[in-house]
Amino acid sequence: MKLNDEERAMLEGELGRVPQIAIAHQIKVGDFFGATDFVPVTQVHIMADTESLGEAGVAWLESLAREDRGEARVRVPTITDPRGTDFSKATRLGQAPWMLDLERRAIEALAHLGVLMSDTCINYQTIQAPTRGESVAFGDTGVVIYTNSVCGARSNFEGGPSAVSAGLTGRTPRYGFHLDAARTATLRIRVGFTPRSLNDWGALGGVIGRLAGNYWAVPAIEGLAVSPGSDALKHFGAAMASFGSVAMFHLIGLTPEESRADRLPLAHHVSEADVKALQDAYAGDDEIDVVVFSAPQLSLYELRALAELCDGRHFVKPLLAVTSPQVKPDADRLGLTERIAAAGGLVLSGMCFYQSYAREIAEANGWKRLATNSAKLVNILGGYGYATTLASMERCVDAAETGRFG
Amino acid sequence: MSEPDSCTSTAQSTFVARHAIGDRVTGAALVAHDGFSARYDLDRIRGIFSRPSHALVGQSYVGKVLVLDTAKGGVASAWMLHEMARRGMVPAALVFNSVNPVLVQGAAFGGVTMLAGFDGDITSMVPHGATVTIDPETRTLQLMPEQR
Repeated sequence: MKLNDEERAMLEGELGRVPQIAIAHQIKVGDFFGATDFVPVTQVHIMADTESLGEAGVAWLESLAREDRGEARVRVPTITDPRGTDFSKATRLGQAPWMLDLERRAIEALAHLGVLMSDTCINYQTIQAPTRGESVAFGDTGVVIYTNSVCGARSNFEGGPSAVSAGLTGRTPRYGFHLDAARTATLRIRVGFTPRSLNDWGALGGVIGRLAGNYWAVPAIEGLAVSPGSDALKHFGAAMASFGSVAMFHLIGLTPEESRADRLPLAHHVSEADVKALQDAYAGDDEIDVVVFSAPQLSLYELRALAELCDGRHFVKPLLAVTSPQVKPDADRLGLTERIAAAGGLVLSGMCFYQSYAREIAEANGWKRLATNSAKLVNILGGYGYATTLASMERCVDAAETGRFG
Repeated sequence: MSEPDSCTSTAQSTFVARHAIGDRVTGAALVAHDGFSARYDLDRIRGIFSRPSHALVGQSYVGKVLVLDTAKGGVASAWMLHEMARRGMVPAALVFNSVNPVLVQGAAFGGVTMLAGFDGDITSMVPHGATVTIDPETRTLQLMPEQR
């Protein structure tokens, strides 16, 4: 890769050991993809829950925090994806002390490096949405696909070590979705069904993700009858990224960048039956053990809708609703948290269900059969041993009240 | 991207990739035309594929050369390959038809050998269980003599 004077100084250690470690890692990745140089970034978002890091990852963060006399800091605004717990609710989740200790160590190290512990996967709704053409280095695939597709900003999937490195160097290798060539449509898909609920939007995203099939595919989608809102696109994109590892899509006539899809033959037609088939594949037992609304974290509007559904109910099964530390105070102040709690639900902040030791909390609580309106969540949790049901928020709330679907 | 240029296949015993990272390794190939995500697909404590719908469910991946279609899922694999490597519960190498940045970042961070990008479907060209040598310097996967 071609390096400028500052980058060369970083690599040679003239600016400290920490930038040297960071840029050396980035060069390995850039070389793999044939990047010719670096692109400066304005924001960084780090996925760093401790179930993923383990002891080894936390120790690495701590080593960075100690290096250079403890003076190394990120060079651009750098925020975090959800943590692996809501400390105030950890006992109710059945999390073990060692999990919380690991979380505290990771937080201390990241904060020492100057990272802002935002603990959110909906930063485009709650912190600062990037603007068209802005180059960023974001973790969480749902954040990246929204950033590229809806905002018209530019990011690759930046796994934790690369995102930490981008924060410490203020740049990222210029490959993939930082290049114009990667952002044009590679397949054209017509949909004959416009979803109405968030689980339908997620399921449609999942169907398209499977059709697209890999990171370098950019679907251009036509045929939607309405312009989706931010929450709909959040579920749509998060599921597409989850099922297909897709990092960018175009909605023809709606999203900001030119797709150039008119040069492509129609590759697929997606019908309502296709969307229903995906949801039917995640129709577990009639009986359930737990209801979870998470992945992505809920917006204030989603919590409002949930609170309305909770009014006058009494749940016989746990219902967990997960939101960001930015939304939670508003939900508290506006009485939404209290209304959900009055029915027996629990509003959690700053975590995400699947990033919070999902296997261990299933064992601790006897949770096996899980209902949710998140297509992303059902796709992930199979590997953690859950039998999942994908259904609307309304049906999931009904199930929390009766203990079963039907 | 920009999957870089082309690759060549020399005979039936050596396959050349477009991208490579890591050290030379030899091991038994675990082959499936399926995806890979450390978070979605693995029980990382037991060292087995755990996703019920995965073609390799129930099989141990530890020390094996995984020959799979593509990278799937989220960004967690970048941390997880490193964590798995430190516990000695990691594949010997990862070989893909196509790969996403997350697994490359994880391979770079965790010191895991990886090849990606072939002429043809690599999962149909390497026999399941074959002993293979991965050489990132030459970007090759080589079937060992008894497998040819």
